[in-house]
Amino acid sequence: MSRTTRLSSSLLRTAAVAGVAALTLTACGSGSGSGSASAGSDSGEVKVGLITKTDTNPFFVKMKEGAEKAAKSEGVELMTAAGKFDGDNAGQVTAIENMVAAGVKGILITPSDSKAIVPAIEKAKAKGVLVIALDTPTEPESAVDALFATDNLKAGELIGEYAKAAMKGKTAKIAALDLAPGVSVGVQRHNGFLKGFGATDDDVVCAQDTGGDQAKGQTAMENCLQKEPDINVVYTINEPAALGAYTALKAKGREKDVLIVSVDGGCTGTEAVKDGTIAATSQQYPLKMASEGVKAVVTYAKDGKKASGYTDTGVTLITDKAQDGVTSKDTAYGLENCWG
Amino acid sequence: MTATTTPPDTSSPYAELKAPTTARRLLTAPTTGPLVALLLACAFFSLSTDQFLTGGNFSLIVQQVMVVGTLAIGQTLIILTAGIDLSCGAVMAFGSIMIAKMAAEGSLPPLAAIALGLVVCGGFGLLNGLLVQKIPLPPFIVTLGMLNVAFALTHIYSEEQTVTNLPGPLTALGQTFPLGGTDITYGSLVTIALFLLFAYALSSTGWGRHVYALGNSPEAARLNGIRTSRLTIGVYTVAGVLYGIAALLLISRTGVGDPQAGQTDNLDSITAVVLGGTSLFGGRGSVLGTFIGVLIVGVFRNGLQLMGVASIYQTLITGVLVILAVTVDQLSRKKAR
Repeated sequence: MSRTTRLSSSLLRTAAVAGVAALTLTACGSGSGSGSASAGSDSGEVKVGLITKTDTNPFFVKMKEGAEKAAKSEGVELMTAAGKFDGDNAGQVTAIENMVAAGVKGILITPSDSKAIVPAIEKAKAKGVLVIALDTPTEPESAVDALFATDNLKAGELIGEYAKAAMKGKTAKIAALDLAPGVSVGVQRHNGFLKGFGATDDDVVCAQDTGGDQAKGQTAMENCLQKEPDINVVYTINEPAALGAYTALKAKGREKDVLIVSVDGGCTGTEAVKDGTIAATSQQYPLKMASEGVKAVVTYAKDGKKASGYTDTGVTLITDKAQDGVTSKDTAYGLENCWG
Repeated sequence: MTATTTPPDTSSPYAELKAPTTARRLLTAPTTGPLVALLLACAFFSLSTDQFLTGGNFSLIVQQVMVVGTLAIGQTLIILTAGIDLSCGAVMAFGSIMIAKMAAEGSLPPLAAIALGLVVCGGFGLLNGLLVQKIPLPPFIVTLGMLNVAFALTHIYSEEQTVTNLPGPLTALGQTFPLGGTDITYGSLVTIALFLLFAYALSSTGWGRHVYALGNSPEAARLNGIRTSRLTIGVYTVAGVLYGIAALLLISRTGVGDPQAGQTDNLDSITAVVLGGTSLFGGRGSVLGTFIGVLIVGVFRNGLQLMGVASIYQTLITGVLVILAVTVDQLSRKKAR
């Protein structure tokens, strides 16, 4: 009795597995069908790898879109991969190895952990693969061949200068909704803001990490208001954190008299600038980072010329309440160029 | 086909307590389905891409799954006792940051740091086991709590900093040696050796049969003279030590001590166990099945990547596979009753 059930259960398993194999075939078929090249055909086509921090963050979705467009127009094959969560170094290492095994000419990577990814990048480079960091630099920066990124210090400076002008000489009580400890992007934006504002960390009455998350941004702001009810300037690492801060301020009836500034320039964030929720944001261009990256790999494949050094992919201050002496563009421009 | 040793509980009404021989388990037991799945997946990817069917690629896959694989051995032991361990990834992360920091920045010689890491991870396991057995608390809750404890300790102890510049012995297992035109890492061999060791221990020793008996019915096991309390605590402790070995494999593989490591490895290890045909209700399954389960995940991830399929499909397919595996397990249990 137990013998036969064992056997039939293993038959059942086999059947189930066959079903999954069929499903896989379909999924793969549709996946490669939408790509630029037919899977597995080794026609000597140039392959470019793109590894982002996650699959789901709109910033990386836009980055992927930029890479896909560039790959199509350059006639190369794009392979993509991502970590399972922001900070998933092991997942990115695996992706690098698999892409090198697949024979990519170059890898574009947004490192989840600037330091931890370095040994894997060095292994790939040793096999002749061009490695370009997008958006986030590695530590040391020289671990990659080139870096295509926003100047995050400048992005912070722009909103700092803007906030200074908008305050019109009023005494500022600043809250800083930061990213996470030790992450260079967050540190640079934070420092840039203070530099642009002409303030120091002593002027920040409340600093909290949000991970760039809206819900955590809201909690952070609630706690900051509990601590210092008369905060009047809020620096935020990105627009989700800014929107969270807005929700917290609104609950206290403070949304009109507190200035919120941010960085990123996502479409939701730019809309929030348009309706006045956020006063100003520094817009960055992930699509450009990726498309420039793909082009650099194509150049390398064609004539062996490696991209090097840092390429600033630009940042623009977006606001509808322009301040004298601070260069900015309006939200119409922002919405045309936003991502997400 | 005859069992060489008689399990101590043949007289009990629980037919499944009868421990099958290794050969019989391989031929008929829940391992067959996963093995067929693995072979089908390999065949499919071999036909789809030129780069899949190479020695170098298989070496790469084993290398990529060695960390989760080693965790999954511990997870299998615990699940066989009808428990579960949500803390394995976090405990491993703590062990890895401890080994890396002690050796790179502390004053300990590398081998002592490694030994300390194994002891500390074993300690976490022991603590899990004590709480599960002595109070007693449900394994899900205990290990959920321990997940947070180990996660927080990792971040406090590391001060959120990645540890670099590791001394040689810490990365030795990540080094490769050539074999038949391909490079094999020493760590892969360690993982395979551990799987063989525990496959033997579970199928051919009294300890192994007791683990199965405990998972089927702790009360029956106790009435049959098995010291279930000591056995349970022992299983959790052994699992903890295995997480320590996984920690060493992890730093040898990535070359750094990473405080963010292991965050989804607990679920990945459970996935491997389930795909390998081990029942989440305890008492049925094998570590060889888990090895196949680990390889299934690794082969899919690698193969789909080689085909140029985006990583989100890997997640989709893994999810479907897990649901199918559990469904099959449930249906076959229902029939058996």
